[in-house]
Amino acid sequence: MPRPSAGLLVRVGIAVAVIAVLPWVVPSFLVFDLIYVASYAIAILGLIILTGMNGQISLGHGAFMALGGYVVAVLAHSAGVPYWVGVPLAAIASGVAGLFIGLVALRLAGVYLALATFSLAVATPSFLKHYKSITGGFDGMSLQPVQAPAGIPLEGQHWLYYVAWAVTGVVFLLSALLVRGQFGRALRALRDNPIAAVSFGVNPYFYKTAAFGWSAVLAGIAGGFYAIPTAFVSPDTFTSALSITLLIGAVLGGISTFWGALVGGIVVEFLPLVAQQVNAAAPSVVYGVALILVMMFLPDGIVGSLLRLIHRFRRAPPQPALESSTPPPAPVAVAPQSRE
Amino acid sequence: MHDLAQQIVSGLAQGSIFASLALALVLIYRAMGIVNFAQGELAMFTTYIAWQLTQMGLPIWLAFGVTVVVAFAGGVALERIVIRPVERANQLTVVIVSLGLFISINGLAGWFWGYIVKAFPTPFPTTPLQIFGVAFSAQDVGVIVVSVITLGLISLFFQKTKLGLAMRAAALYPEQSRVLGIRVGWMLALGWGLASAVGAISGIMIAPVVFLDPNMMQSVLVYAFAAAVLGGIESPIGAVVGGLVLGVAINLIGTYVEWIGNDLRLAAALAIIVIVLVVRPAGLFGRVAVQRV
Amino acid sequence: MTPTVRRKAAVGIFAAAFALAVTGSTIAPVSAETGVTDTEILLGGTHPYSGPASAYGNIGKGIAAYFSYVNDHGGVNGRKIKYIDKDDGYSPPQAVQIVHQLVEQDKVFAIFDTLGTAVNTAIRPYLNQQGVPQMFVATGASTWGHDYQKFPWTIGWQPDYQSEAILYAQDILLNHPNAKVAVLYQNDDYGEDYNAGLKRGLAKHLSMIVKMASYETSDPSVGSQIATLKASGADTFMIFATPKFAIQAMVLAAQQSWHPTIYLNNVSAAVPFMLAAAKAGGQSAVSGVISTAYLKDPANHARYAGDAGMKWYNEIMTKYLPAADKDDGNYFYGVSIGYTMVDVLKRAGKDLTRKKVMDIATNLVEKDNPLAYPGVTIRTSPSFRYPITQMIAAKWLGTDWSPTGVLVDTRAMTMAEK
Repeated sequence: MPRPSAGLLVRVGIAVAVIAVLPWVVPSFLVFDLIYVASYAIAILGLIILTGMNGQISLGHGAFMALGGYVVAVLAHSAGVPYWVGVPLAAIASGVAGLFIGLVALRLAGVYLALATFSLAVATPSFLKHYKSITGGFDGMSLQPVQAPAGIPLEGQHWLYYVAWAVTGVVFLLSALLVRGQFGRALRALRDNPIAAVSFGVNPYFYKTAAFGWSAVLAGIAGGFYAIPTAFVSPDTFTSALSITLLIGAVLGGISTFWGALVGGIVVEFLPLVAQQVNAAAPSVVYGVALILVMMFLPDGIVGSLLRLIHRFRRAPPQPALESSTPPPAPVAVAPQSRE
Repeated sequence: MHDLAQQIVSGLAQGSIFASLALALVLIYRAMGIVNFAQGELAMFTTYIAWQLTQMGLPIWLAFGVTVVVAFAGGVALERIVIRPVERANQLTVVIVSLGLFISINGLAGWFWGYIVKAFPTPFPTTPLQIFGVAFSAQDVGVIVVSVITLGLISLFFQKTKLGLAMRAAALYPEQSRVLGIRVGWMLALGWGLASAVGAISGIMIAPVVFLDPNMMQSVLVYAFAAAVLGGIESPIGAVVGGLVLGVAINLIGTYVEWIGNDLRLAAALAIIVIVLVVRPAGLFGRVAVQRV
Repeated sequence: MTPTVRRKAAVGIFAAAFALAVTGSTIAPVSAETGVTDTEILLGGTHPYSGPASAYGNIGKGIAAYFSYVNDHGGVNGRKIKYIDKDDGYSPPQAVQIVHQLVEQDKVFAIFDTLGTAVNTAIRPYLNQQGVPQMFVATGASTWGHDYQKFPWTIGWQPDYQSEAILYAQDILLNHPNAKVAVLYQNDDYGEDYNAGLKRGLAKHLSMIVKMASYETSDPSVGSQIATLKASGADTFMIFATPKFAIQAMVLAAQQSWHPTIYLNNVSAAVPFMLAAAKAGGQSAVSGVISTAYLKDPANHARYAGDAGMKWYNEIMTKYLPAADKDDGNYFYGVSIGYTMVDVLKRAGKDLTRKKVMDIATNLVEKDNPLAYPGVTIRTSPSFRYPITQMIAAKWLGTDWSPTGVLVDTRAMTMAEK
């Protein structure tokens, strides 16, 4: 396994430092919002692995978030299970569900997979309402707010913030370890040229299902960290809009890198609030137009476009201003994806 | 037996609503290879334009005609302005743009016309019809008839006209078409224009039944998407058949399968479609694309 | 530091700054109570301004218009009201986040007219724990009045859905004792509350209900449900549905040649909806439909042509929301509930505290709300927190609602719920 570069370690170090310090410099309600950013980032990371690296489009990961959130909620509400036990259980439950869906997804691709996963998202509130004896139906379920454990001098909310971001760090690390090396190469190979990959001995059933399962694990954990700060779950919390939001976050952040998940999480959390500042009467118009503009000017997402810019900057050799008459060489071309 | 017949007829009426929007979805997919999430909202927006025209005194059939033309022009313009910059980008980018359109057009309609539910004049007579004790309205029959006519016209256009052939070529083989002198970009714009026009027809047919409000197409979109995929995402016939089948299936399942009941109808329908896709990945009328290695 | 690392740091700092930028303005109150200064009272609220429930956003706009009117006419004991109203997209997590911001950052005096049962259920524990009044929530769920001991800082306003359904049940027992009842209901807490009320109202005669059918807000049409209900042979039809589906139900029933006695929940009974149903389904679709009202109907121009309250409402709308459709009952509701809020604030006088305002709100007798149905008194007591319990039944005859009988106070039935 190749060692991480010094540059990467520095970047991660800075991110960790910023995250650690933020609660002390920003207003408390923002700390609260940043817990949701962690939740989104985890879920979006799942999509970056599944859709970005492995090419399987999912419009249904909100359903896995719902599963995770409700596992945590039901266990806490009905059996008093503490959150630190509930969230890992939610991860397992979502993972199993994800493997199952992944198996079904093996037969589907492109728009058909998009529909199948979208169906999952659309059907989720119906299922939650239907099994009301377990889920509390449309009345929803209230949860206990988080308290820091005895001996730790932090407000409940701050404690939850650090736990959420620590978990985020852990899942990012685990995911990085997972996709470095062979696993990641196999995922990408199956995305770019499945026939060649299979003829080289890559087992598509294993890798594609595993990618689905892992992304579902992430979404399940994210669901837990979505429900806990809200201290409430209801079918309205997990509509199909959530799945769409996750995809928007992944693409806007930059579907090709892990940093895209972080940026994507920030964007989907705060863009609606900014849209309201711009026009309180019709915030959707601002939000929708913002999406279109970002895609027009930054088609690889924010991080993706930043990276392209960096490559272009690095590739061009330094030019003496007056002497040379030849233009700098073209930047590395990024092949547009062909229609599948 | 009578009830069964009534449920089937209701299902066909509802299914024709899905079918008409599914047609528009198929048109865009054939042209661009993506599902246009904004299709329903565009249809809703153009329907509001038709409504506005009738409020200004135009008779419904004239408003219908004007709106279809406006929708066509609007679709072309939208493609040139919003889609062209991201045409060459990967499909996900275009999907996000379509989502952005969805969200902003929905907000725009609410902003302009408000959210209060409005009646929409029906182009068909309102007297209810009865055949063998089964009730339906002229509207229901009208929607099916108009959908079938639209389907026929579209099929004729694509199969029998040079322009239609050029559009199909541009969608399937853009580079080769350019070499042959086909203006691929404008073919795409034309595709959007057609889809918008079909969407407008769909909206005007649907509005008298579901009543006009900015969110009227959202529930239809999910079903239309499902219908289009069920029928084979590239097949206009599939869209119509898929829509009708879906409409009837939902009604029958919801009514007669007790443990599913009303609230799981949509989930059950979608589950069936997923099962169909697993068995026949290209849908009922689709053809599986064979890739040469 | 390499350029890339600098860039990453810049991104991180930019992100934080961007986040800070969205916080909006902050008022620093200087007097003893949070959210109150010598010149201003700060209220906060959330409504859906995006997403499927956006129609209800107009309630917030109606409130804003009314507050502007009040501010232009001397304010509340010399103070102007500022209402920070944000979009929650009808999503409980989003509402929770906004309410945290309103309480911790904007430091509002009270939260007012938050909309939706799920939203209000989600924010209720936090607000009660913080001691911030959750005033006059915009939903008819019975829990606001029912659970006040656990949540003393919360109070509802509109008649609760269960009481409305009980009223219909009593009408059935009185006037149609042999009825066979079919029910169409929205499959959520709204519909379930109506069902619960109907069943309680029918009590021993529960077997009168022969068929119930639900619909989802994601259903395009309720044709299948109507067919099922008709097939049950029922001659009485309860419609517990939001306007779009209620109109569809009436029209489809007529089209399927089913002409039961129809009871319609008041949310869907505004004149424009009835006229829309009549247009699409013919007169037989709507004639004889029974509903209730507790507010006047702004779309009923004929009935309220000379009414002072309606005139006043129209003036406010013309001045502060000129482009809006005055017939929209949501704006009307907003002005009406805003009136009650301002009434409570005024009664608290110059010395404004949260506790005082809650005390007044739970000991309220308001007889002069200009938009309430004539005779309706908004009344609470510390142990009875359902401010509006009076409704009048009405029948649709031709082109208008005709009140039948007198204003009924469902107070007794509501108390029995506890």
